[in-house]
Amino acid sequence: MAEELKVFRTWSSPFGFRIVHALKIKGLEYETILEDLSNKSDLLLKYNPIYKKIPVLVHNGKPICESLVILEYIDETWKQCPLLPQHPYDKAMARFWAKFGDDKIFPPIRSALFSQGKEQEEGVATAVGNLKFIEELLKGKKFFGGDTIGYLDLAFGWMANLISILEEIVDMKLVDAETFPLLSAWMSNFSADPVIKDCWPPRDKMVERFKGFRGPHLKKVA
Amino acid sequence: MATSNLKLLGMWACPYVNRAQFALKIKSIEYEFIEENPYNRSDILVTSNPFYKKIPVLIHGDKPICESLIIVQYVDDNWATGPSTLPSDAYDRALARFWAAYISDKWYPSPKLLREAQVEDEKTPLTEKISAGLLLLEEAFVKCSKGKPYFGGDNIGYLDIVLGSSLAWLKVTEIVVGIKLLDQDKIPTLSGWADRFCSDEDVKDVLPETEKLLELHEKIQAFVRDGSK
Repeated sequence: MAEELKVFRTWSSPFGFRIVHALKIKGLEYETILEDLSNKSDLLLKYNPIYKKIPVLVHNGKPICESLVILEYIDETWKQCPLLPQHPYDKAMARFWAKFGDDKIFPPIRSALFSQGKEQEEGVATAVGNLKFIEELLKGKKFFGGDTIGYLDLAFGWMANLISILEEIVDMKLVDAETFPLLSAWMSNFSADPVIKDCWPPRDKMVERFKGFRGPHLKKVA
Repeated sequence: MATSNLKLLGMWACPYVNRAQFALKIKSIEYEFIEENPYNRSDILVTSNPFYKKIPVLIHGDKPICESLIIVQYVDDNWATGPSTLPSDAYDRALARFWAAYISDKWYPSPKLLREAQVEDEKTPLTEKISAGLLLLEEAFVKCSKGKPYFGGDNIGYLDIVLGSSLAWLKVTEIVVGIKLLDQDKIPTLSGWADRFCSDEDVKDVLPETEKLLELHEKIQAFVRDGSK
């Protein structure tokens, strides 16, 4: 039976890229529906009524929401090029760190993007403190998944794309090569992978996009 | 099953710890329970979970696993005894994970906030939020159970554990604020599930008694009141 796969995402959302990367690694064909979050489509609202967010994967008419849930669904449904480790303990660790990234690294960086002064410094300090745990995970490894890109690389993938963009916009340093040699190397290796680099939008468009996100938050403070 | 190489750091009244206990009980896995004092964390807790310093932590051999949802899935992945906690179908598993994240991130904190609310104005929006969430979960139950007694089907599964662990404290919240939240007239299917869940023999061994939780709640509230004087 022909598989029907649709991905609802925006052109810039890092959570959407997780899904795109996973589908590309698995060699799967899919249709992309780009959403304008200021004017969400009826289909998006139908497929994700609880959160009304992207990404959503629709497989033969059935929606799956929440990017980490979608990644596991893709991995369990299509067995080629496994993303999650096989061993239960390694799998548990991959899940733990993916959630840690979403709960403890992304939010303070987002907070730093949306603020300035002391609040921004605190966001940066929190993020840097938590990134040190991630640096440790890469000891002896090229990727979090080992020799090849896996679930945790895809979960952390936003860092390889967005961190340098945000550092440019906000004039802050999150990941410097001296403090984070392994993470810096990983960011280069991940970004250079053919599956990954072809999916990312042009850097200048992303800089403009994220400057646009920051602007209104600064105006609130002024 | 050897107990010496499996430890669970927890506290009898913590619903996140209860989740891990349900998972282990359903699989008939023996383990050593190490009772933690939440106000005085042990060295073993701090070293095994330096990231969050929270319970539960499952320590298998020398390997710690943290976060209740991850522990429940680990128990399911690692031990083949008993029925699988997660559904066998990938789509049903995705639904279970989605709802588990919704319950944990969006719904779970509200009953505690309501129970501890000091100001009347705080209570109404929390009550509405909890009720709205329960109505969504009623629909989720119908979809996931497919006419069977539990979210997991014939047997207690992942989502039963995730939501079921909240039921004892939910009853305490109802008593403290004097409002029926899981109201069988308004939320009949989920109420029926809750009664079934709480009557299960494995669950009864783990789920704390309402009276003991109420006593603990009153002690904590007194402590907080004395501290703020």
